[in-house]
This record gives sequence, C-alpha cells and structure tokens, in this order.
Amino acid sequence: METFIEYREVEKGFNNNRVLRGVDLTVAKGETLVILGGSGSGKSVLLKLTIGLLRADRGHILVAGQDVTHHTEEEWMAVRHRISYMFQWGALFDSMSVYDNVAFPLREHRACDEPEVERRVSEKLALVGLSTAKDLYPSDLSGGMRKRAALARSIVMEPDCILYDEPTSGLDPITADSINRLIRRTQRLLGVTSVVVTHDIQSMFRVADRLAFLYQGTMAFIGTPEEAKVSEHPVLRGFIEGRNPDENEP
Amino acid sequence: MDWRKWRVWQGLEYLGGISVLARDTGKAIVSSRWEWDLLSYQMDLLGVQSFSIVLITSVFIGMVLALQTAYALRSFGAKLYVGEAVTLSMTRELAPVLISLMVGGRVGAGITAEIGSMNVTEQIDALRALGANPVRKLVVPRLLAVAFTLPLLVLIADALGIFGGYLISTFQLQIAGRFYMSHVFRLLQFSDVFSGLGKTLFFALSITLIGCYNGMKASGGADGVGRATTFTVVLSSIVILISDFFLTKLFLAF
Repeated sequence: METFIEYREVEKGFNNNRVLRGVDLTVAKGETLVILGGSGSGKSVLLKLTIGLLRADRGHILVAGQDVTHHTEEEWMAVRHRISYMFQWGALFDSMSVYDNVAFPLREHRACDEPEVERRVSEKLALVGLSTAKDLYPSDLSGGMRKRAALARSIVMEPDCILYDEPTSGLDPITADSINRLIRRTQRLLGVTSVVVTHDIQSMFRVADRLAFLYQGTMAFIGTPEEAKVSEHPVLRGFIEGRNPDENEP
Repeated sequence: MDWRKWRVWQGLEYLGGISVLARDTGKAIVSSRWEWDLLSYQMDLLGVQSFSIVLITSVFIGMVLALQTAYALRSFGAKLYVGEAVTLSMTRELAPVLISLMVGGRVGAGITAEIGSMNVTEQIDALRALGANPVRKLVVPRLLAVAFTLPLLVLIADALGIFGGYLISTFQLQIAGRFYMSHVFRLLQFSDVFSGLGKTLFFALSITLIGCYNGMKASGGADGVGRATTFTVVLSSIVILISDFFLTKLFLAF
C-alpha cells in the first residue's frame, strides 16, 4: 500500500523532558490510523510535528515521499493545503460565525468565488449536521457542535489527509459516537487518509483500520485493533481493559 | 546558571523575539496584500474608540498647564505668555507622551488580552494550520491601525490642549481670547508639531509590537493572559518614557 506519511526516528523534547524518543511509523494512503496513548505521552506533539506547528529535534518526517522536516514556514503552507488539522477543542475563531469559520480557508486562499464558497460551506455544514447553526458564534455552541464545526472547517478545502486531535474528548458517549461515525463517514465519502489521536478506547475500536500505541516516547505496538486485543504489552492491555497495570487491588 | 545571568538571557531572548516579529511584520506589510476590512475595523476599535480618552485627557491637561504656567509666570509679570507655554508644552511633549501612555495602556492591554486568549485556545495555531500567516492577519492590521490613528489623535490632542488653555486664559486669567490665539499662532512652528508626531509614531510601533508579541507568547490559560497583559502595560509605559528622552535629544539636534 502506498505510504502517505512516514516518521523516521522522530525525537522531540521540551526543556529537559524528552517526549518523543525515536518514533518510527508509517501511515498508508486512505487508511484511518489511530494513535493511542496516555495523557502527556506526546500524541498531540506528533500530530503538530506533521504539519509544522512544532519542529522535530531529530529524525525525519516525510509527507507523500517528500522530506518536510526542515521546511520553512512558507514551504509548510503547501503541506497544510494537503493535510488539515482538527484541534482538540475546535480552535474556532471566536470573532466569526460558524459559517465564516468554515469559509475561512476558502476565502484565505481565494480558492473560489463567493457563490462557490457558499455552496461548499453549506455542503460541509450539512455533512456534519450543522446547517441550522451556521449563523451562531462559537460561544453559542455545545462541545459536540464545536467539534462538528471544526470538522467542517477541516474538510472544506478537501484535503488528502485529516489529523484529528482527541476528537471525542470531553463529550458524552452518545455525542462521541456521532463524532466517530462522522470520522468514518468523512473517510468513506472523501477517501481521505486519517490520523486520529485519542485515549478513548471505544473511539479507537469504532474508527481504526490500524492502531499505534505510543508509550514512553516510542511506538510500543503497531497493528490492527484485533491484534491489539491479544497483545501481551501490559500497558496496552491495561488501556484496552480499562485498568491500571501497576495496581492489583480490586 | 545563576538567576542574574538567567534574567539577562531572558531579556536578550525577549529583545530577539520582538526584533524578529518586527522584521516579519515589515516583510508582511510590503510583500502581501493588506486586509482592508481588518484594518478599518482595527482603526475604529483602537483609534476612533480612544477619542473620548483623548478628549478628556487633553482638554484637562491644557487647562492645568495654563493654570500652572500662569502661576509660575505671574512672579515675572509674564502671565500674558501663557499661550506660548501651553502651545509648546502640548505639541512638543505632553500630548505625544501622555496620549501615548493613555491610549497605549488601553490599546496595548486590549491587543495582548485578545491575541493571548487566541493563543491559549490554539486559534493562532489554527490560523497557521489553515495556511494563514498570523503576523499578516493579527499584527499587521493592528500595527498599521495604531500607526495611522495615534498621530492623528495626538494632533487632535494638540488642538484640544490649546483649547483648554484658551478656556482658562479667557475665563480665569482675563486674557483676551484673540490675544491668546495670536500668541499661539505666532509661536507655533511646523517643527514643533512634527517632532511630537515623530515621537508618537515611534511610540505607536513600540506599543503595538509589545502588545502583539506578549499576546503571542502568552501561555498558561487565563492567568498567563492576565500576566502578559499587565506586562504589556508596564513595559510599553517604560519604553515610552525612556525613548521619549532620547527622541527629544534627537529632534532637538535637528
């Protein structure tokens, strides 16, 4: 299968804290890869390295075969056309309505004229079920609606790949399930490559084609969700079974 | 590293960061299209909406100045020269510095609070992720808006300050209004107004760059944004007061 993103021995630290200690991972074109890991394990850092919001200390990141590790901010712009990022809390612009938030990338890049902007924005808002909320402002939205609006903004430029940063965190199980369905639906309809960072095991089983488990700065497990279920890795087993492997009391 | 070296290092890092922001802003101003709608919005928010502060500050400064100079000049029998004293003090010094301090406090704090909130809620990262340049979107409109409007506000403050002096001269000091105004226009030189406006332009650039940079570096939630905002007000005031001395020396040399 054709590789879309490749991480080679990627390292990243903040002050004296080495968060990523040599990550090796490939993401195939068209698949949904879930990166699972505990809080503070560096999952979001890995996503931010992928579109240049952070810079790797060592190692290489390749996107569509091109080494992007040492790209300048201008060179990253081309990569960001192809890969979009859905932020954990949506990161919607407070000063704009939902409609203007979703239209922002189209207007910024002058991708099309205003009637076409309206058509595309309406189409994406309908896809995420927010057609009636287009005139609302981010402060008027619930957590789930914010994530939906952020997803609409992420897909409006029709990218090749979407990076999801904790798409279901802070949501009730029913809303989380609807977001998971949206991720699957988006992948099916647009044929995009998806990388989903989460610590939500239910979410992982719903959306993943493959799973990578980030533990102590490296990929401790890479395989299918079925393989993960029978993995011997104690912390991964703890994640799947929902218990702390270091505590044995009932 | 002991704490003194650490503070020096931090200071140098800050200076370097703000210089890089100034360079990137300059580059963005000359090389990319201006966002006219954002610029006009910021001119209204940062400039037009500062007018009431300017009005109150400058009229009262002018009135106090007239009272104080009349009191000082009375002992020389030179009370009639109040117009000259008010005009020179307002145009060369008081309007540029005090209006920059007042407006700078309001504008700088607002800029840091807004950009800082955007930073801690990842909206600046979102701008970058969506392929937009945060300097072009956030810093350039604010810098141009303050650079255009602050000198205009100071110009208005010059006139209002002189008007404040006029009120005191005519109603309290019993100096004829026409006499006061003739002294104002006899003395007032273009260079007096120009040196005040030159200083103001420098203050405008300093206030905006400090405000934007502190906002972009704010971290740690609401607490971090609050600290960054306070730092902006303190630092921009200090920069205005210290640079005023050197700019005055510079303008007096010409």
